[in-house]
Amino acid sequence: MARVEAEVGVEKGGFMKWIDDRFPFTETLKLHATEYYASKNFNIWYIFGVLATVVLVIQLVTGIFLTMNYKPAAAEAFASVEYIMRDVEWGWLIRYMHSTGASFFFIIVYLHMFRGLLYGSYKKPRELIWIIGMMIFFVLMAEAFAGYLLPWGQMSYWGAQVIISLFGAIPVIGEVLVETIRGDYSISDITLNRFFALHVIALPLALIALVFVHIVALHHVGSNNPDGIEIKDNKGADGVPLDGVAFHPYHTSKDLVYIIAFLMLFSFVVFFAPDMGGYFLEHANFEPANVMATPEHIAPVWYFTPFYAILRAVPDKLWGAILMGAAVLLPLFLPWLDRSRVRSIRYRGWIYKLALTLFAISFIALGYLGLKPAENVYVILARIFSIIYFGFFLLMPYYTSIDKTKPVPDRVVYHD
Amino acid sequence: MTNDVDRNRRHFLTVATAVTGIAGVGAVSIPFLSSLKPSARAQALGAPVEVPIGSLDPGEMVRVMWRGRLVYVLRRDEQMLATLEQDRDRLRDPDSENIEQQPEYAVNEYRSVKPEYLVIEGSCTHLGCAPLPEIAAGSLDPTWPGGFFCPCHGSKFDLAGRVYTGVPAPSNLRVPPHRFVRDDLIMIGVNTGAA
Repeated sequence: MARVEAEVGVEKGGFMKWIDDRFPFTETLKLHATEYYASKNFNIWYIFGVLATVVLVIQLVTGIFLTMNYKPAAAEAFASVEYIMRDVEWGWLIRYMHSTGASFFFIIVYLHMFRGLLYGSYKKPRELIWIIGMMIFFVLMAEAFAGYLLPWGQMSYWGAQVIISLFGAIPVIGEVLVETIRGDYSISDITLNRFFALHVIALPLALIALVFVHIVALHHVGSNNPDGIEIKDNKGADGVPLDGVAFHPYHTSKDLVYIIAFLMLFSFVVFFAPDMGGYFLEHANFEPANVMATPEHIAPVWYFTPFYAILRAVPDKLWGAILMGAAVLLPLFLPWLDRSRVRSIRYRGWIYKLALTLFAISFIALGYLGLKPAENVYVILARIFSIIYFGFFLLMPYYTSIDKTKPVPDRVVYHD
Repeated sequence: MTNDVDRNRRHFLTVATAVTGIAGVGAVSIPFLSSLKPSARAQALGAPVEVPIGSLDPGEMVRVMWRGRLVYVLRRDEQMLATLEQDRDRLRDPDSENIEQQPEYAVNEYRSVKPEYLVIEGSCTHLGCAPLPEIAAGSLDPTWPGGFFCPCHGSKFDLAGRVYTGVPAPSNLRVPPHRFVRDDLIMIGVNTGAA
């Protein structure tokens, strides 16, 4: 009888077996969760990848709901955002979640990238994870930039004017390129329409695809850890890394605590400080775009200001644009700029620790200076910090090779 | 039928297929990329505009839109025209040698068809902000002879839209194509010189 059943495909194992014969469900779950082993000494720096995913989901869901009421036309865009804020039930909440989510996305991504610098997560064999991550960062910047034009406020308009004009600095093709990006002789209804298409379709698709590839690459080589050692080098008899625990349920249950804490902080900002004193939502953007007058003081949203400060620090259009582009691109080459034999900051010498500290200070200082008017003392400071920023990357092959490193342990260690 | 594989033939077919495919993708990308350029309607809306200047007093300026861009029409008085000589050494391109920034007929010491009337795009050559008309002498600082000041990144231009040195803007403000239809009417966007 059992034989007959087997022949018609009704075997033991039930529903999941039926699925697994047709789609590698259980296999995928094991590979990426229940039998994906990540180091057991993860600290708080290892939470930002998961949080970035949470924010991505928030942005996707709130974004879909915003498109249901938003009108991507110059004549209607500003009013449709006000409509969402005032007349759509809970529209204000959905929009504030989206605008707050944008800023939090960058906070989390910057911390996530800094984690990479702390523990050498970009070093062999994780170069591709880092490069894919940088591509995610580039797409995220484009996504945020396109999204910022949509409310069609003063800052939307003039911010876009400045950034698009950057491409005009490219010799020969600059002018045509700028016209092709705008689709018009100035930023207009046409530009808004296509930025909407990029913001809601093209870039999110690219973002999701890249995040998927980022995670596949990560799970292929395995996560790094605060000691920067390969946990796969020490496996038990069962083939499981001795210093690893399964992503699910161990890391997921720990992550859940962090996610709840994050959502509390996120909600606090959404409810009590959605404009964050003009940093998350700039005050000038509460005025509709006016082609006739540039606001007195224009600055991009805070997450672009470190690069913007570098642009302004250079008293030349082309070189300003080149250095700004270089500042964004340079981290891409970290896997090859870093000549150190160890990954983690725990076992590096004082030179790298000093360099990383100076770099972090410069990045934050540039972010602050980018918000300030381009006046004398601010410009001079921006130049100093720009030099440190570039020095961190360009001198890295030298100082990481002479830096005295400490011996790396075989197994992960705990610090309190 | 033999089991022998003609590798040359297979290689040729593989390459030929790939090349044809790439050519196809390349060809079909043309309409898509072209669709990004200014459309026929955008070009039509970029038609020339007429600006009546009969009511413009000396020292007065009007803002008009052409192709969605801001254009300033400034009627300079004698005193203003006199300032154009004084800062020559501090200008990056005092003789309008960068020919892309103005039509041929505006290559002169006033950068205009008629000395009095400056017609200039209100778009900073750095990153496209609208420079503020700080026309009055001394309005920016005590030594300021009058001109245009970009609030975004601090670029400065004189009363002929010529850029000062030491500021991020690389070139003079652009003079759009324009002509005088009558003494009191300017047409902006038409590339025929003085009427």
